[in-house]
Amino acid sequence: MLVGSQQKLQDDIRALVERHGRTRDALLPILQDLQATQSCVPDFAMQVVADELGLHPAEVYGVVSFYAFLDHRPRGRFVMRLCRTISCELARTAPVARQLENELGIAFGETTRDGRFTLEWAACLGLCDQGPALLVNDRVYTKVTPDRVHAIVEDCRKVFGAHAAQPSAPSAPVHPAAHPQPALAAAKG
Amino acid sequence: MTVIDSRKTPLTFDSIAPGVGLAAALKLSRSDLIATLAASNLRGRGGAGFPTATKWNLAAAAKVSEGECKFVVCNADEGEPGTFKDRVLLTEYAPLVLEGMTIAARAIGATRGILYLRGEYVYLRPPLDAELARLRRAGALGRNIGGLAGFDFDIEIRMGAGAYVCGEETALIESLEGQRGEPRNRPPFPVDTGFRDQPTVVNNVETLATVTAIFANGPEAFRALGSERSAGFKLFSVSGDCDAPGVYEFPLGLTLRELLEKVGGTNAKAVQVGGASGVCVPAKAFDRRLAFEDVATGGSIIVFGPHRDMLAVAKNFMEFFREESCGQCTPCREGNHKLLEGILMLERGECSTAYLRELCLLGETMQLASKCGLGQSSPNAFLSIVEHFPEEVLGRSFAAAGGER
Repeated sequence: MLVGSQQKLQDDIRALVERHGRTRDALLPILQDLQATQSCVPDFAMQVVADELGLHPAEVYGVVSFYAFLDHRPRGRFVMRLCRTISCELARTAPVARQLENELGIAFGETTRDGRFTLEWAACLGLCDQGPALLVNDRVYTKVTPDRVHAIVEDCRKVFGAHAAQPSAPSAPVHPAAHPQPALAAAKG
Repeated sequence: MTVIDSRKTPLTFDSIAPGVGLAAALKLSRSDLIATLAASNLRGRGGAGFPTATKWNLAAAAKVSEGECKFVVCNADEGEPGTFKDRVLLTEYAPLVLEGMTIAARAIGATRGILYLRGEYVYLRPPLDAELARLRRAGALGRNIGGLAGFDFDIEIRMGAGAYVCGEETALIESLEGQRGEPRNRPPFPVDTGFRDQPTVVNNVETLATVTAIFANGPEAFRALGSERSAGFKLFSVSGDCDAPGVYEFPLGLTLRELLEKVGGTNAKAVQVGGASGVCVPAKAFDRRLAFEDVATGGSIIVFGPHRDMLAVAKNFMEFFREESCGQCTPCREGNHKLLEGILMLERGECSTAYLRELCLLGETMQLASKCGLGQSSPNAFLSIVEHFPEEVLGRSFAAAGGER
């Protein structure tokens, strides 16, 4: 990591610590904000967070590695989580999973080379009457069929393109709301 | 936000105007408040069925350390496969849930509330934040709530991060404290040693909304519904092979057959009650009742049609538990792994009856020896499927393993 960007990350983390507090129970919110803005919690960030909160870095790593929504490896701009629980499986998740892999050219658990998409399995998304269910960042897709997958991926590409054109986006302040997200909507059907 | 329409029956909650339950509760003294709740016989709606008034009484009596306070935690970490009623409550009836938290705070003397929202429901956060802001403006949160001098209470939202085990109350508290979500030994129970070692009440979303309904309509109206040991109405999340999956409200104590008639799933060959950690009930036992004294449930009902492969169902559940076990205690960490291995052997048609018996014994060991509810209940589905569908799981050919589910 370049010294400049390292310094920037350090400043961002200090701002987060100021906001959430310097106590152990602020650890998870801090890590969640880092995950949202950096697409991961890099090793260097874990070290800085540990220093700020007076913890051993191994403690921070223990927490990052425990939670499915935190990762020390960079994830894509769009994290696509397909529900693998039984109710969705009964509604035929398998063809949707296959088509997601086909459209993105990656397997589950992988991230596309351009850093745009990560494909993951999710434990129950709580949309069991609407399966197969897919969560893309904070957007819900219900009753997904293989033929809709292409359009869903294209939706994301459009959002990415729009925000990529804004030079301010990458250096926006560390706040999840400032991070470009697709429009908040639970699309039905 | 577009509401995902999951409701299939009118709910009692529809008839309750926001603010009515809280106003009624705040007219009572703290001991009368808990006594009223006790008179309703409400038991926790998350699945375990602990009497809510008893929990509140214990927390009300517990002592707080110097400079600390008591906490009310709303468990919105609805992770049980097949459960989605809390999503509906948080989307459409959020004021009732938050009111329930405020009533709990009044009862036990808490000043801080935390709504622990699962990461998968991140899209519910902005509307919930807006609702909290509205309540603060209306004086239903903040200082001297309802004009009661000294009744201060506010609620913050904390996000989960994708761990099923955090639905277990002590794991949830660990997670709030910035730790790995590993369940604690109990006792001490959260009612005296909870978040930051202070007295903490952890209640399910539906429990809290139901509390509000009880204070709005009176405890008698609630107790009039349901069976003797399972009072009141309950939400059921119905999914799988039925005509109309969705959220239903029924009085507790109805039989599975009655439920299946309402949802259009009468030709089912089995029903999974209580999600992955629940039990699989075969058709011949559909006269069993959905109540704490018979088949206890948090409301997850997954219907399996006649053509379903029950071993594939067991496999799906066991893959889930292998993934979600926190790894802290051996019976759960290793046991789920071994059971899944056994299921794969069964799937390939390579498992002897003697080995299957060993696997079932291992399952029973896990039920007895695991530290928390996850490992204690994860073998349930496997054991009940082996018990009720032995002809399906044994002697499979390789071709059958790749067959249509």
